[in-house]
Amino acid sequence: MWINPKLCVGCANCIPFCPVGAIAVGPSGVAVIDRDACVECANCYRSMSRENLPPWLVRTLRKAAQLLRLRPDPDLDICPTGAITPEPLEWPRVVRSLFSDPTSEHKVTGVAGRGTEEAKTNDVTGRTKEGEAGFTVELGRPGVGVTFAEIEDVTASLANLGISFEPKNPVTSLMEDPKTGRIRKDILQERILSAIVEFTVPLEQVPEVLRTVEEVSTRLQTVVSIGVYTRNARDGSNPLLGILHQLGYRPQRAKVNMGLGRPLAEGR
Amino acid sequence: MTNTLHRYGPRQEGDYIVFAIPARGINDAGCEDKLQAFLRLASRFNPVNMGNGKGGSLFRPERSLNPFTWFTKRRRHKVSPNRVIEEIKGPCTAAATFDSRDAVCAVLKAVKEADLGMSVNVSGPIEGTYNAAQEAGITPHSIEYSLEFHGRLDLLPEAPVLELITMCGHGMVSRHLARKVAFLVKEGRLTSEEAAIYLAKPCVCGAFNPAKAQVILEEMRHWW
Ligand code: SF4
Ligand code: SF4
Repeated sequence: MWINPKLCVGCANCIPFCPVGAIAVGPSGVAVIDRDACVECANCYRSMSRENLPPWLVRTLRKAAQLLRLRPDPDLDICPTGAITPEPLEWPRVVRSLFSDPTSEHKVTGVAGRGTEEAKTNDVTGRTKEGEAGFTVELGRPGVGVTFAEIEDVTASLANLGISFEPKNPVTSLMEDPKTGRIRKDILQERILSAIVEFTVPLEQVPEVLRTVEEVSTRLQTVVSIGVYTRNARDGSNPLLGILHQLGYRPQRAKVNMGLGRPLAEGR
Repeated sequence: MTNTLHRYGPRQEGDYIVFAIPARGINDAGCEDKLQAFLRLASRFNPVNMGNGKGGSLFRPERSLNPFTWFTKRRRHKVSPNRVIEEIKGPCTAAATFDSRDAVCAVLKAVKEADLGMSVNVSGPIEGTYNAAQEAGITPHSIEYSLEFHGRLDLLPEAPVLELITMCGHGMVSRHLARKVAFLVKEGRLTSEEAAIYLAKPCVCGAFNPAKAQVILEEMRHWW
């Protein structure tokens, strides 16, 4: 992302929109984006309203208001001149946008979105069966950010347990070798808003996986959110919850697939 | 929609997202009519937000404002549910957010009856979600639990701000914006309703719950 200095009037409205605090008004009086910190989420561009006014007019009005000691109270979500400008992104920087901008399509990874359908379509896909647990380990959320080097720390540790990563997941598609969990070297230093690592294991392996993720999390400079899912037994009971309770987890919130998709995986 | 799973805070009741999604390569052909029908059904039960995962939610920025709109306070922060529905042009996640369990139960009953064939999920507090399913005569198929946050928890913002920003799991609701609107509410320069709408706009999926945000922002008047 780039802020056109010819258009920017330094009103600072865009600053709080940036989830990683990459925008600041510099000494020249216009807003500047810190390229290292920017994760190319496009929130500043997409989520602000625009007036597309001529910058000379806005600057004159702002100066006049200052001279008169007036404190205008503009709406906080408007870029008055439309100065925020998306740039074409080259490899490897483009991976920032792919993992940070929810509207971007994974043309490079060949996968749409940060993750896959997980349990959301499990009734139709049958991806995770009774006796198995699917994991979604998300790094960088909410609004903290993460580098691929840190993601690799997690994926390499999990690969040591012999797990297989979900092949359709965008992080897996960027691994040099999914068996080792090693990620392409050219993107290791790229910073993104968040990424989801996905895999399925037998229920018995849930404690080992959770211990590993908890342990790796202690040496990361980011936040990790863990989701774990399973197919309910036919009577509606759920063996995973007992395992989680034994491990000291008391989940309060969940995403529940109601089983209304057709055709059902079990019937196909 | 892992983005709806990890919503921080004590106020889980009154915060549900119901969404329909096709399975790629299995039942996604011609799914737009079914996804539209789902949102049309959901919109009858007063959702506090809706989204089509592509075009956006009910709350959106305006691309070509002029100063007179601002001066005359004629801004349109919200589009009609019909617009969100009609923008569905292919496979996507169609979502509706609710602030009441009874509404979720009513939606589930209606969706079950309509037999659309799309996978339908509810993201919410576990007990409330299961009760709603039971009342609607549904036995849930799969469940994903949120095991919350690990790692550098010191990098997370203060509790009420975290509660606000985790309502957009894509991380588009910035902590800085949440703090800014909270201060403006405290200063009396924004109502909590206006502030909640500003926070809802960056969330393109319609998962942000402005009704819950309003409650949090009111409580935040007493912070700092
Ligand atoms: S909102 Fe627009 S004009 Fe104001 S500082 Fe940001 S880029 Fe510049
Ligand atoms: S693209 Fe995202 S990270 Fe970069 S400056 Fe804009 S809001 Fe901040």
